Amino acid sequence: MRTAFIKTLFDLAKQDEKINLIVGDLGYSVVEPFQKEFPSRFINAGVAEQNMTGMAAGLALSGKIVFTYSIANFPTLRCLEQIRNDICYHKANVKIVAVGGGFAYGALGMTHHATEDLAIMRSLPNMLVVAPGDPVEAKLATQAIVEHEGPCYLRLGKAGEPKIHQDKINFKLGKALELKYGTDITLISTGGMLFNTLKAAEKLEEQGISVRLLSMHTVKPLDTEAVLKAAVETSAIFTIEEHSIIGGLGGAVSETLAESGNSQVYFKRLGIPSTFISQVGNQEYLRNLFSLSAEGILNSVETTLKKTESWSSKKFI
Amino acid sequence: MPELDAEQLKILATKIRAQVLKMTHRAKSSHVGSSLSIADLLAVLYGSILKINPKNQNWEERDRLVLSKGHACAGLYAVLAEVGYFPPENLETYYQNGSYLAGHITHTAVPGVEVSTGSLGHGLSIACGMALAGKQDAKNYRVFTILSDGECDEGSIWEAVLFAPHHHLDNLVAIVDYNKIQSIGRVEEVLNLEPLADKWKAFGWSVVEIDGHNFEEIQKTLGQVPFKSGKPSCIIAHTIKGKGISFMEDKLAWHYQQPDAEQLKLALSELGLRE
Repeated sequence: MRTAFIKTLFDLAKQDEKINLIVGDLGYSVVEPFQKEFPSRFINAGVAEQNMTGMAAGLALSGKIVFTYSIANFPTLRCLEQIRNDICYHKANVKIVAVGGGFAYGALGMTHHATEDLAIMRSLPNMLVVAPGDPVEAKLATQAIVEHEGPCYLRLGKAGEPKIHQDKINFKLGKALELKYGTDITLISTGGMLFNTLKAAEKLEEQGISVRLLSMHTVKPLDTEAVLKAAVETSAIFTIEEHSIIGGLGGAVSETLAESGNSQVYFKRLGIPSTFISQVGNQEYLRNLFSLSAEGILNSVETTLKKTESWSSKKFI
Repeated sequence: MPELDAEQLKILATKIRAQVLKMTHRAKSSHVGSSLSIADLLAVLYGSILKINPKNQNWEERDRLVLSKGHACAGLYAVLAEVGYFPPENLETYYQNGSYLAGHITHTAVPGVEVSTGSLGHGLSIACGMALAGKQDAKNYRVFTILSDGECDEGSIWEAVLFAPHHHLDNLVAIVDYNKIQSIGRVEEVLNLEPLADKWKAFGWSVVEIDGHNFEEIQKTLGQVPFKSGKPSCIIAHTIKGKGISFMEDKLAWHYQQPDAEQLKLALSELGLRE
């Protein structure tokens, strides 16, 4: 995703002189081509995220399209008030990019796990929150947020995620992508969980369950239409995110469902409980600890469905 | 902007002070001392230094002023009204229900306000971004920002102080309103900033210290920026909190207290005005 992002940004910057890239002294072996091609529009702000973010707002208020770039929680939590006051209140045209969403920096430890970012960014007025599911979505998301005038948070995984979309997709901010049409249950994934969710969906299908799979690349504004449609057309909805179950995709979907008046649909959030992790491990190891591997998702869905009375009579359980 | 002469600048400063007193009295709001300490700086900036056009507030070539000490908003609202951005009678809505004139400087629906602040330590970074954009676009505008002394406790200020000289932002001017009193104590007792000028110099700024109430000195100094080509300029303005009103001067209480009717009358009479 990181590679797709920087390549796309490079191409966009060729066409639009307003685009600036500001990094917080991170991006080794990623940002160099941009720096070389557009030296006056590339700034390494140093290890100083508050200034990076306030300065980005100042540039944007002077007509620039500004990307701030760092990893994990550094471009978001470290400078949260600058994001709220300087960027969001002024509707400044700044795109905040974090590489390393979720457990992407697994073994680097708790400080490098971005596991509350979606919730925090989502709560800010005027902020768009986008977490693409694969490199194809990352490319299209980068293009889309440049076209969108205003603050945006782009949460990326790392480099090397599998390409999931093989055909051309119709990517629109705020519109879920339907990877599978199904009528029994709906799996809604955001960000890099898409691959594991797809694998789990395939296993469920082998058991005869008709699975609807949505990639909810835009967490805010949420595609409530797709959620409500799934609530009517399928019997259970699961959200899957590499993020705290509080306030992120699961939070957003549950808010929508709770206010919809639809009490028929069964709903469960799969994600990280509100806890810190002290165990060391790579991304897949840590995902597995919280049942976010393909198998973990599969088991969680199966277990939940079995516990649900209305499902016990269904033929496929 | 028509350039005001020395006498007119003094009149403008007096008008700002009078408005600030009336606004804080009416609103029962804080920070009267903080606005009075920058009244002379604001008068000179808006009366003779800033290239602005109140009739065309989005003019691209305009000089920008970022009030980083957003709590001194009454002073800035007052000068903006007095130089023609909006009718002075609108100042009566300051702090009132349904008004746009908030108790920390707010840009939404207030002509002439570039940036909203209120949490300290934000303005200098925003000003850096504006100055950098000016350099990128080869524009001649300057960016001025007014900081409080207490605000210099914020780490984010020093991130920006590092940044500006590194990027040779000589179109950037930081004015520190050094009135020596911060929120609940004297600066030297809370968190000593001295040697303040040496700190800015060591970070790479061109620094000039002035008496922030001496019109001639303010005007002359602001007229000379940048002090050195390729370097951002820092003006450390030695000021007096509550300046101009004898019973408010250099008193911590007037960071919070507002003049009652009697005190307002007395204060206005000290300015040579009636209510």
